[in-house]
Amino acid sequence: MVLHFWAYQRGQVMNSVKKVKKRNINNVAYLFVLPFVIVFLVFNVYPVLRTLQLSFTSYKGYGKIDYIGFANYIRVLKDKFFWRALGNTANIWGVNIIVQLGLALLLTIVFNDIKYRIKGLSIFRAIFYLPNLIATTSVAFLFKTLMDWRFGTFNQLLIKLGLIDTPVDWLGSTKTAPYVISMIGAWMWFGNSFILLMAGVQGISRDYFEAATIDGAGRWKIFTKITMPLLRPILLYVTVTSAIGGIQMFDIPFLVSGGTMGNPSGKLQTAIMYLYKFGFETYQVGYASAVAYIIFLIILVVSILQFRLYTRKEDR
Amino acid sequence: MATKIKKGIIYLALLILAATCLLPFLLMVVNSTRSGREIMTSFTLIPGKSLKDNLNIVFDYFNLFRGFFNSVKVAVPATILTAYFSALTAYALAIYKFRGRGLLFGIIVVFLMIPGQLGLIGFYNLVSKLKLVDSYIPLIIPAIASPGIVFFLRQYVISVLPRTLLEAARIDGAGELRIFHKIVLPILSPGIATISIGAFIGNWNSYLVPLILLNTPSKFTLPVMVASLNSSTDITRNQGAIYLSITISVIPILIVFAFCSKYIISSISYGSIKE
Repeated sequence: MVLHFWAYQRGQVMNSVKKVKKRNINNVAYLFVLPFVIVFLVFNVYPVLRTLQLSFTSYKGYGKIDYIGFANYIRVLKDKFFWRALGNTANIWGVNIIVQLGLALLLTIVFNDIKYRIKGLSIFRAIFYLPNLIATTSVAFLFKTLMDWRFGTFNQLLIKLGLIDTPVDWLGSTKTAPYVISMIGAWMWFGNSFILLMAGVQGISRDYFEAATIDGAGRWKIFTKITMPLLRPILLYVTVTSAIGGIQMFDIPFLVSGGTMGNPSGKLQTAIMYLYKFGFETYQVGYASAVAYIIFLIILVVSILQFRLYTRKEDR
Repeated sequence: MATKIKKGIIYLALLILAATCLLPFLLMVVNSTRSGREIMTSFTLIPGKSLKDNLNIVFDYFNLFRGFFNSVKVAVPATILTAYFSALTAYALAIYKFRGRGLLFGIIVVFLMIPGQLGLIGFYNLVSKLKLVDSYIPLIIPAIASPGIVFFLRQYVISVLPRTLLEAARIDGAGELRIFHKIVLPILSPGIATISIGAFIGNWNSYLVPLILLNTPSKFTLPVMVASLNSSTDITRNQGAIYLSITISVIPILIVFAFCSKYIISSISYGSIKE
């Protein structure tokens, strides 16, 4: 009887030990996420909410905070220069992402081709990635100096190669300046996209490709049936992060055009340059906060559309 | 035969692309050694003789080494914090079942879509309230919370980490933090390395936030310092000096790259953990 009771007790204890242990294991997660959560609340969540609050005020960076309702938002939406800045950003990013992703995808296909077996992946990958390592300020000044109308080495090279007769004002013409910025962006980022896509493909077992080849699947079939579906999450990641980064474009157009006005003719004034002008040059803090929120809403719509686009394809 | 020709064309295209990546840097280095007059009048890939003159002009104007060390002081701790805490958070989100997990992950996804600049004005407002303007703290500490990287690493944990390994370690009596340090981190290291390189570059390149927060020229990080070329008039007269300043700002990165590129490549080939 005593023995029986002892055994029963022991069983109970063991059970509760097991329970406690199981609970402990999951409780440890709170400790693990705590540093993230605290910093996240202070430096991510608070500033975002504070900006929201300020967007309803006429705050000028000092003194009293007066609430003025949606007046700032109405002013932003009525300002044609805001829409111009947004259009500029979309224009520059759109050309950029097509070139960047197109190149990266093409390279991924080339380097994964079973038949050609292109060599030198590591060295090419390193070279393609190099422009991404350089600080954007250095890149901006490098291209600004290289593409200078009168003294730039780029024009001299083109003249020497016989491609043009007279120097072209690449950064001074509204027809070329935005696309110079797009190409600088693509030049900086295609290697990065390529690395991410390659990592994605290398996660796919080579057996798939070999089996498909043995089964007689052509290059296009392999690409559409194996590579693309398996790359979709990474393509989504690359496009969404690039879109979010693209809308925040600032450094290169700001430095190349020499200020927030984004010359020539304001063609290089991006949305964030517009925001910077009001937030940190003329100190219309309330107004700049409203600009930030409108830009955010646009990003939100674009991101949701992109998620939709990719997930819908997956369902098919 | 046709395959060989096609292959040749592919290699040629790859080489042209590689040259496009390298040429601007080559021109930059060559032009650093030429005088302003030479650069304006002719094109060449042969170095000139004005390196010393250009050096004198640059260092009369500003101390780029200080900018470099300032950048290191910001970018290195920020990257370490991002890598460690993102991995820890991502692991917790992927492996443990706890109350609020869905909520936390949801908020992270929402913030993934929120541009950094959305909170810029509130961030500056907060930093000035905390009296941390012109300090490196607001450039470093926020690195602990990088929603985008947590999101990426969470997916990575799910696809790469074998749970049976964790069960085995638990049966052997290992504590949870010990499991994370001894088992999880090494398995995740290829992904963490890739993401760290990205985070480091992001921190190193960061221009807008330091531009807003730093006032004292001696505290300027390299990008902010290089960008101050814009406002200088005496130095812009000599293009050779401009090229040289850019070269100096780029050289440390090129040296890091010599080691880093190997790491990127090995990290990615290890990253492809096959079943």
